[in-house]
Amino acid sequence: MHEVAPVLQDFPLLFLIPLLPLLGAVWNAVMGARMQRRFGNAAVHVPAILFPAGSFVISLWSFITLAGAPHGTSMYNYLWAWLPIGNLQADVAFLMDRLSGVMALVVTFVGTLIHVYSTGYMKDEPAYWRFFAYLNLFMFAMLVLVLGDNFLLMFVGWEGVGLCSYLLISFWWREREKAVAGMKAFVVNRVGDLGFSLGVFLLFWGLMTTPASPPASNHGQVDAHGAAVAAHGEEAPALGTSVAFREVEQILQDPVKRTRIVDRNVLGIGLITLVCLLLFVGATGKSAQIPLYTWLPDAMAGPTPVSALIHAATMVTAGVYMVARLHFLFTLSPAAMTVVATVGALTALFAASIGLFQNDIKKVLAYSTVSQLGFMFVAVGVGAYWVGIFHLMTHAFFKACLFLGSGSVIMGCHHEQDMRKMGGLKKLMPITAATYFVSCAAIAGFPFFSGFFSKDEILWKAFNSGNILLPGGGLILWVIAAVAALGTSFYMFRSYYMTFSGEYRGAASHGHDVVAKADGAHGAHDDPHSTDAHAAHGAHADPHSDPHAADVSGHDAHGGHGHLPVESPWAMTSVLAVLGFLALAGGYVGLPLLWGLPNVFEAWLEPVFASTADRVTSAGFGHGVEWALMGFSIIVAFGGFFAARVLYKDGRSPIPARLIASESALVQGTHRVIFNKYYVDEAYGFVFVKGSLVLSRALALWDSRVIDGLVNLAGTIGRAFSFLQGAIDRLFVDGLVELVGNVIQAAGTRMRRVQTGRIQAYVQGMALGALALVALAYLLAW
Amino acid sequence: MDLTTNSMLLTWTVFTPAIGLTAILALLALRPLLRLSQQAVDEASRAIGLMASLAAAALGIALWADFDSGTSNLQFIHRFVWMKSWNIEFFIGVDGLSLSMVVLTGVVFLAGAIASLPWWGRLDDHHPHFSKKRVPAYWILFLLLEMGVLGTFASQDFFLFYVFWEVMLLPMYFLIGIWGAPTRKDPDGRTRGGPYAAIKFFLYTLAGSVLMLLALIAVYYASGPATLADGSQAQHTFNLVHLTRQAHDGIFVKAGAILGIPFVHIVFVAMFLGFAIKVPMFPFHTWLPDAHVDAPTPISVILAGILLKTGMYGMFRFNLQIFPTGVVWAAWAIGILGVINIVYGAFVCMAQKDLKKLIAYSSVSHMGFCLLGLAALTPQALTGSVYQMISHGIVSPMLFLLAGVVYDRAHTRDIEGFGGLAQKMPEYTALTGFAFMASLGLPGLAGFVGEVLVFLGAFAAQDGIFRVLVAISALSVIVTAGYYLWTMQRIFLGPFNHRWEHLHDMNWRERLTLYPLAVLTVIMGVWPLPVFDMIRETLNTLLASMPAGIAG
Repeated sequence: MHEVAPVLQDFPLLFLIPLLPLLGAVWNAVMGARMQRRFGNAAVHVPAILFPAGSFVISLWSFITLAGAPHGTSMYNYLWAWLPIGNLQADVAFLMDRLSGVMALVVTFVGTLIHVYSTGYMKDEPAYWRFFAYLNLFMFAMLVLVLGDNFLLMFVGWEGVGLCSYLLISFWWREREKAVAGMKAFVVNRVGDLGFSLGVFLLFWGLMTTPASPPASNHGQVDAHGAAVAAHGEEAPALGTSVAFREVEQILQDPVKRTRIVDRNVLGIGLITLVCLLLFVGATGKSAQIPLYTWLPDAMAGPTPVSALIHAATMVTAGVYMVARLHFLFTLSPAAMTVVATVGALTALFAASIGLFQNDIKKVLAYSTVSQLGFMFVAVGVGAYWVGIFHLMTHAFFKACLFLGSGSVIMGCHHEQDMRKMGGLKKLMPITAATYFVSCAAIAGFPFFSGFFSKDEILWKAFNSGNILLPGGGLILWVIAAVAALGTSFYMFRSYYMTFSGEYRGAASHGHDVVAKADGAHGAHDDPHSTDAHAAHGAHADPHSDPHAADVSGHDAHGGHGHLPVESPWAMTSVLAVLGFLALAGGYVGLPLLWGLPNVFEAWLEPVFASTADRVTSAGFGHGVEWALMGFSIIVAFGGFFAARVLYKDGRSPIPARLIASESALVQGTHRVIFNKYYVDEAYGFVFVKGSLVLSRALALWDSRVIDGLVNLAGTIGRAFSFLQGAIDRLFVDGLVELVGNVIQAAGTRMRRVQTGRIQAYVQGMALGALALVALAYLLAW
Repeated sequence: MDLTTNSMLLTWTVFTPAIGLTAILALLALRPLLRLSQQAVDEASRAIGLMASLAAAALGIALWADFDSGTSNLQFIHRFVWMKSWNIEFFIGVDGLSLSMVVLTGVVFLAGAIASLPWWGRLDDHHPHFSKKRVPAYWILFLLLEMGVLGTFASQDFFLFYVFWEVMLLPMYFLIGIWGAPTRKDPDGRTRGGPYAAIKFFLYTLAGSVLMLLALIAVYYASGPATLADGSQAQHTFNLVHLTRQAHDGIFVKAGAILGIPFVHIVFVAMFLGFAIKVPMFPFHTWLPDAHVDAPTPISVILAGILLKTGMYGMFRFNLQIFPTGVVWAAWAIGILGVINIVYGAFVCMAQKDLKKLIAYSSVSHMGFCLLGLAALTPQALTGSVYQMISHGIVSPMLFLLAGVVYDRAHTRDIEGFGGLAQKMPEYTALTGFAFMASLGLPGLAGFVGEVLVFLGAFAAQDGIFRVLVAISALSVIVTAGYYLWTMQRIFLGPFNHRWEHLHDMNWRERLTLYPLAVLTVIMGVWPLPVFDMIRETLNTLLASMPAGIAG
């Protein structure tokens, strides 16, 4: 067993990495509106960019320090005890090991770039300051997620990114669908968060109640739940409780303790398996995997830089990061690993199939993101953690580039997202087109592009995995993933050709060959200048704002004005160029060992995953197979490319239109089902949303009618009873002749005098009453 | 433990509102003499009321500053024999639990006092506002209420506790009945409004008090001899410290059964029900939505912020401290009722159309966490329960203040009737969003700490049922997110409803209450340590008194 003694090296600046963006967020939240009004956009975005840039610098500094330190060292920064109760000890403490270092670098680097890009994309936004405040807040939450040293602190970031995602998807909240999309993202994420937190609780309880040593036969007993209770009320020493990652890892490195906890069962399945599955539910929520992926396509309602940063490069990869972070747990449960890999593979294929037929450029990218995340889960599911993180990184480059490219296109096309109304942009927007092509090549897996190295490695690791409990082992995963890769290559190049090749169709009227029936379905335009926003903020709007910005629905109007798309400003294209370069070259840190070249990335992460490396087994296929598979990957990548080129280049091929217009029930049915995303949203809406609404109305009715009804009934009965008593009294009083009547009359006269309204009389009465009570008490007591 | 008087600071804290109250009374009495105008009396009453609540809050903080968190012994004791013939003592003092509540009381009442002023912000002159109605009487009752609450938390004598408990009742009745909404018919033709809500609250809580009174008498007669403050020997005692000691010596376990039911069980249940009505626990919660809907804003603030806590506090102080075996006996039931509160409350919330009613039901849901935490009896769960009380005591006042903001302007709280308000009231939107996030337990804010500790602690409880209960009640986090975001969506987002063109954003009075509470919410979320320190020893002592094998 390869044991690495974890060494913590104090790095007191670590807390600044998340803190700086938080300060930026606070600054813009408090001062941004005023600064923007007085000094213009720069007063907002300069601090908003500098704070995350500062985080990047400190991350880099820490990363370099880490690189210079011996293996197994982590940068550590303890701030204060957060939840120190009993045997629970959760600190506000940050930790950068080689894994979280990579993540922090990716997040701060890509994040800062996207801030720069946003200065161009959002320049006409009246609420510019709000956008940057949210973006900075997101950076804070994401960095807490990445650098938190324990489950609970990670959860702060985990839910925090969900909040920011909500805020940013609903950024243009005046349009109801966008606001609803944000709400959906948050609620679906919360379903995942529920799983995550239950997983943490279960792990905590499991560690706390599993005895470290086998119970001695006569001193202890194991109760029905497996908790050790010593005979005399004293608990046997447990494995130890901790919610800090490194401490849990350490506990699980001890072979005796590990066996103890692996042997425990809850609800008929292994405790560790259940913990991992619950945690993975959290991952499916955050990383948009089956069954909780439905929010991500809707999340495209947010501004495009948000889609690039949150819904492609960083937040959605949190689930992958979490599984890799917790490799010491997941590796212990082959069943859970199999579930992770299988769900990943199925999601990859499922999302890719939906991506084939989408016409909204952002929707294509959204499903492709879901699909790529599936690939990452295949990697971590087969125990190839470094590959998962590698693909996470390359994906962050090329997918951010694709999204930002789509943003550039959308802005150029006057906020048009339908690819059927684009076309020919290669000539008009050369930088965007070039970077988009490079990124398509990367995601499709063209040789020597970054995606090739990471995706090919995933396919190979899946094929060669010895851990998968499915019949056929990794082969079935490989088949699914390979088909998904073929689909990816096809629909990505489809999007490229539809957007950039041929003639610009935005100026033309409807009736082009690929215009399908479902045109109306794409109501959600990515439009920073909703009519409402304009009406409200017209007074503050930037004087340079595009005069056509208000043309929300009139596609034809663009044509009438004869405006052709123009290349985006420097702030955007330079970011595209940087990311395009990385999409091309970012993979060289992880060159295949097969080629006899150094794999820097794998070597870098090796110490992180060393403690579980010996439990990840391979099926033992040789180099020959690996070469063959690599060749096959290349065929797949080019296959998709050529198919898309034939069908969609220059919009000349009549086949797609003919296919869509086909009368065949099979073709029609398939197209309709896939185009409508297999009706999963509708099913969820009916079962969960409608279901809980009906339940809540029923319970509210029950509450006001039955529960409160009983209370009111008690009141009514009480009144009826006293009325009855009064009536009996009256009857008897009537019978008891005038004597009593007189008395009552006399009393009544006196009582009337009481209601004089004079405060003295009341006070007198109160005093007398009190005296009477005291007297009564006295009499009763003796 | 030394129980002799050692400080008057707590006494001053408890009776500071009484000083203010007396000052207003004196003002009224002197009014003819000084020829003061009605307006002058009103303004003076307000000033006195504000000063008194400010002083009480400051004294509460001063107590905390002087508090020794290293012990669970009572501190700031003031004790003398009050009614010798009944062995009743005036005995006040605080441990960590009491102190946390005393400090919270000061904060909540201060927020309530500021919200009761017509100052520092425009008020719609076309609609009568509660803050301009019978002003001196309002403040007299307000301060009487504060004294009652502070006394309840400080009392260490069962009878004195009962007296203060009842003192809370009457002012609340008038404050809801007179200053609340006028009587009206609801859509179903039922009579609703301030008077209805007030009498419902009064009778319901009084029913609980009767149960408590019976328990009090039973406990008294079952108690053993004790030494009074003046050194004399008494046959029985109301002194909580003595009662607790005697309870641990088993005196109540040995006490004769009542109606064939063990003494501990019947007394435990009577007390528990008395407190449960106040919490409020399902199915005794229906007075709460009515009271909240028709109470004026500051009274809702106080009701949600602190009055509900008297119920939970009572459970800790009496049910748990004197009858630990009873809690173990009833743990299942309390836990299950807590879960019903949590999940049922959340679902009922979702169907509400009145903003205040929604917040009221969310209180039902959130107080369920306290019950679940109490039942689970692990250090984390108990701490979480108390922490939830405090965080709810900060967050729910924010929510009610926010509901008041829009009601003062729009004179409606119908969630469906708004739309797109973020355009007109961005600051208000941001604060509401913040408060909703705090209430739905967003990590990093106060609500999360209590919730996660209760969940984690209950999950680690010895009895397996608690793991099931946590799994069920954790569903509420989804429902809670659903109803808050949906409310957000309906009121603030989407196209602007032009009916609300005349609404204006926050004024300084509202800022003065909301921002400090918001800051507290953040501090309590990221740095809960000071509160933990305050309550740790007290809870440890409570846990240590548990029957063997229960404390985790």
